[in-house]
Amino acid sequence: MNHTARKKISNVVMFALTGICTLVTVGILFFILGYLVWNGARALSWSFFTQLPAPVGEVGGGMANAILGSAKVLLVATLIGVPIGFLGGVYLSEYGGVGFSFIVRYMTDLLNGVPSIVIGIVVYGFIVLRQHHFSTIAGGVALGIMMIPIAVRSTEEFLHAIPQSLREAGMALGAAKWQVVATIVVPAAIRGIMTGMLLDLARVAGETAPLLFTALNNQFWSPGWTHPTATLPVMIFAYAISPYEDWHRQAWAAGFVLLTLVLSVNLVARLVLAKSQPIHRG
Amino acid sequence: MTSADAMNRPSPDSRFGENGAGGANPSTAKLSVSHLNFYYGSVQALHDISLEIPPNRITALIGPSGCGKSTFLRTLNRMHETVPIARTEGTVSLDGRDIFAEDVTVLRRKIGMVFQRPNPFVMSIYQNLTYGLNVNGIRGKRRVPEIVESCLQRAALWDEVKDRLHKSAHDLSGGQQQRLCIARALAVDPDVILLDEPCSALDPVATAKIEELLLDIKRERTIVIVTHNMYQAARVSDFTGFFLMGKLIEHNPTELLFKTPTDAQTEAYITGRYG
Amino acid sequence: MNAADTPLLQSTPPQPCRIRTFVRSLRPADEAAYLITLTAAGSIFAITSLVLFELFANSSFSRHKFGWSFLFTQTWDPVAGQFGALPFIYGTVVTSVLALAIAVPMGIGAAIFLAELAPPRVSNALTFLIELLAAVPSVIYGLLGIFILVPILQNYVVPPLQSVLGFTPLFQGPFYGVSYLSAGVVLSVMIVPFIVSVSREILISVPKEQREASLALGATRWQTTWRVVMPYAHKGIYGSIFLALARALGETMAVTMVIGNTPQVKASLLQPGYTIAAVIANEFTEATGDLYLSALIELGLVLFAVTFILNGMARLLILTTSKYSVRS
Repeated sequence: MNHTARKKISNVVMFALTGICTLVTVGILFFILGYLVWNGARALSWSFFTQLPAPVGEVGGGMANAILGSAKVLLVATLIGVPIGFLGGVYLSEYGGVGFSFIVRYMTDLLNGVPSIVIGIVVYGFIVLRQHHFSTIAGGVALGIMMIPIAVRSTEEFLHAIPQSLREAGMALGAAKWQVVATIVVPAAIRGIMTGMLLDLARVAGETAPLLFTALNNQFWSPGWTHPTATLPVMIFAYAISPYEDWHRQAWAAGFVLLTLVLSVNLVARLVLAKSQPIHRG
Repeated sequence: MTSADAMNRPSPDSRFGENGAGGANPSTAKLSVSHLNFYYGSVQALHDISLEIPPNRITALIGPSGCGKSTFLRTLNRMHETVPIARTEGTVSLDGRDIFAEDVTVLRRKIGMVFQRPNPFVMSIYQNLTYGLNVNGIRGKRRVPEIVESCLQRAALWDEVKDRLHKSAHDLSGGQQQRLCIARALAVDPDVILLDEPCSALDPVATAKIEELLLDIKRERTIVIVTHNMYQAARVSDFTGFFLMGKLIEHNPTELLFKTPTDAQTEAYITGRYG
Repeated sequence: MNAADTPLLQSTPPQPCRIRTFVRSLRPADEAAYLITLTAAGSIFAITSLVLFELFANSSFSRHKFGWSFLFTQTWDPVAGQFGALPFIYGTVVTSVLALAIAVPMGIGAAIFLAELAPPRVSNALTFLIELLAAVPSVIYGLLGIFILVPILQNYVVPPLQSVLGFTPLFQGPFYGVSYLSAGVVLSVMIVPFIVSVSREILISVPKEQREASLALGATRWQTTWRVVMPYAHKGIYGSIFLALARALGETMAVTMVIGNTPQVKASLLQPGYTIAAVIANEFTEATGDLYLSALIELGLVLFAVTFILNGMARLLILTTSKYSVRS
C-alpha cells in the first residue's frame, strides 16, 4: 500500500478513535444521570423530605434534618465566601497596587489548590478544638473558605471584562471612584458575578470531606448553629458505607436530590454565561 | 512617478500572446482556471474568473483590499476547504487535470504555499524542512540531508543557518523565517508555488532578498504571487492579473498592464485613484 | 481649586467651585471603599496564612517525633504509637497514576476531536456536557463506585483481565471489589473533564497558520494535528495533566468508598489500599491521643505540599504555552 493510501487510512482511523473517546466521556455523564434517576427517583418519597432518620437498622425515616442542615451550613458559607470573595475581587480588579495584588492573587490560587480535606483539618484545629464541639458554624466556615478563591477569581474576571472606557466616562462626569465602581462597573458585570457565585455555591454544596470533622453528623435535628448537624453529602456517605439495604436505598434518593440540585444550578448558570460569550473556533 | 517608470525589464516572451483576459496559450498553461465562482455560504466572493497561468513564469495578482485575490490564490491549492462554508463552481486544472478530482494531499505536494506571516513550525530548522518529506513518505539517509541543503541554498539561507540547523526556527529573524518557509515549500519539489503577500510583514532589505529568490526559482517552477504592492508586481512578475470586487478585470503581461492597461478600472488602480 | 488641593491618588477631575464641598464629602467614602476591599483582600491573605500555620503547628509533634523517616515507614499502628506515611503515599501514587493512565489518552483524544474535528456548535455543546461531569459531587461518584462500578469490575472486567494478565504481579490475588483498581477507575472518570476542558482550550489557541502550513505541504489533518498542533501545545497539555493529577491526589470521598481502607503496600492492583486523603477522612474523628492526631495532620501537610507544587508547575506550563512571535 503506498504512502498516500496509508496516511489517509491512518487519518480516518485516528480521528475515529478520538470520536470514540468523546462519545465514551459524554456517555459516562448520561450513564451517571441515568443510574441516579433510576435508582434515586424510585426511592424518593414524601417521608424522605419530612422525616428524621429512623433508628439504626430500622426501615423507613427520611433526611429532613440533613436537608435543613445543608441549607444552614451553606448559608453560613455564603455569608463568609461571597463578601470576602466579591470584595477581594473588586480590590484586585479596581484598586490593587502591584505588589500586594500579586501576593493576594498568589495566595488565592494557593488556597484554591488546598485539598478539601485539609481545609477540614484546619477549621477543626481553629474552631472545633477551641470550642470543644462540632458545629454548623464550623462546617459553614470550612465551606466558606473553599468558596473564596473561585468567588475572587470570577468577580475579578467579570469586572476586568468591563471596558475601561466605561470607567472613564463615569469619572469624566465627576463621579468618585467608589461611585464609578459601585454604580457603573459592578452593575455591568453583576450577571456574570452572580452566576459565578452560584456555580461556586453549587460546588461546595456537594462537598463532603470538609464537613466530616467540622459539622460532623447528627441523627436528629440540630438546634441553632453551635451543634453538629447532618448534611446531605455526609448522610449519603454514611448510609452508602453502612450494611443496611434500606439505608442504601435512601443514599440513592439523597444522591438523586443532591445531584439534581447541583446540576440544575450548573446548567442554568452556565447557559446564562454562555449566552454572553462568543462561539469558539480556532 | 508613473507606472511605466517602474518598468525597466525586457518585454515578455511573445509566445504568450498579449491581449485580453488570458495572456497564455491554454494548451501550454500550467494552471488553467475556467469560470470559477466562489461562495462563502450565500455570499459570492469570486465571480466567473477565467485565466491561464503560464509555466516557469511569475504571475502577480494585484488589487485593493478585499478584492478576492487571496481567496482566489487559496483556491488553487484547495486551502479554502479548511473553511466549511466555502464552496466553488467551475474548473481549475493543473497540467490539464482537474484539481478537485485528485487527492488533496497529493495536489498540495505539487502546489506549495507560502503565507503572509512567516509560520515556521515549533521545531528546529532542519525539522521544518524535513516535515514535508516526512508527511509524504520521502526518506533516505543521504537523500534527505541533500534536499535540506539544496533547498536552503535555493532560498539563500544556507550560509546563514548551516551551523545551527538543529536550533529552533523561531530564533531566526522575520526575513530569515520567511525564507525558511520558502525553503520548506521547496523541499517537496512542487511544480507551482503560491505566495500570499509574502513580504508584507518584512522590511525592505528582507523583501529584496525574497524577490531575488523568486526570480531565481521561477526557472524551474511556476510562481503565483498575491501582492498589495504594485511596485513589487512590476519589479518581479511576467504576468499580472488585476482583481476588483471578486472579478478579474484584466490579465496581461506585466509591462503591458502597467504601461497601457486595456481597462479603465485597471488604470484607475495603478495610477493610485484608489488603494 | 488648584493642584495642591488634590491628593495624588484622587481620580476625580477638578470641579467647579459650587460643588466642591459635595465632592470633598465623597473622599472619605472613597477611602472607606478602598479600606473595605483591602480588608477583604487582606483576610484572604490571613486565611491562607492560617491554613499554613495550622498545618505546620498541629503536625509538629509528629514531625519532631518521626522526622523524615515518616515518609518511608510502612507501619501504621495507632495502638503502638507507630505512624508511617508510606502505605498512604503509595496508595495515593498508585491510584493517581492509574487514573492518569486511563484519563489522559481518553481526555486528550476527546480534546483533539472537540478542537480539531467537531464543528464549533457541536464542540461547544459536547464540551458543556463534559464540563458538567466536573460538577458531580465526589460522594456521588463514590456511590456509583460502590454499587455499580465494583460489581461491574468484579463480574465483567477482572476475570478476563486476570486470565490474560494474571501472571503479572499487577493482577494477582483474589479480588474483593474494593481495591486500587476500583479507586483508580473512579478517579479517572473524575479527572477526565479537566483534561478535556483545558487541553481543548489549548489546542484551539494554536494559531491556524500552523495548521495551514502543514496542510499546504500535503499533510493529512491527522498528521497536522499530531505532528504540528500537539507539539505546539505540548506545554499546556502537560499543564492540564498536572492539574488533573493535583485533583486526583486530593480526592477523598469517592476514593475512600472504594479503595478498601487497608494500610498496606501491595503490588497487585486488585488489593485494597489506602490514600492520604482517605485515611484522614476515616480516622480523624476517631484519633485518640495527640500523636495520632498530629500524624494525621502531618499527612495533610504532605498532601498539601505535593498538590501545591503540582499546581504551581501546572500554572507555569499553561501560561507559557508557546507564544511565538515574528521579529523582523
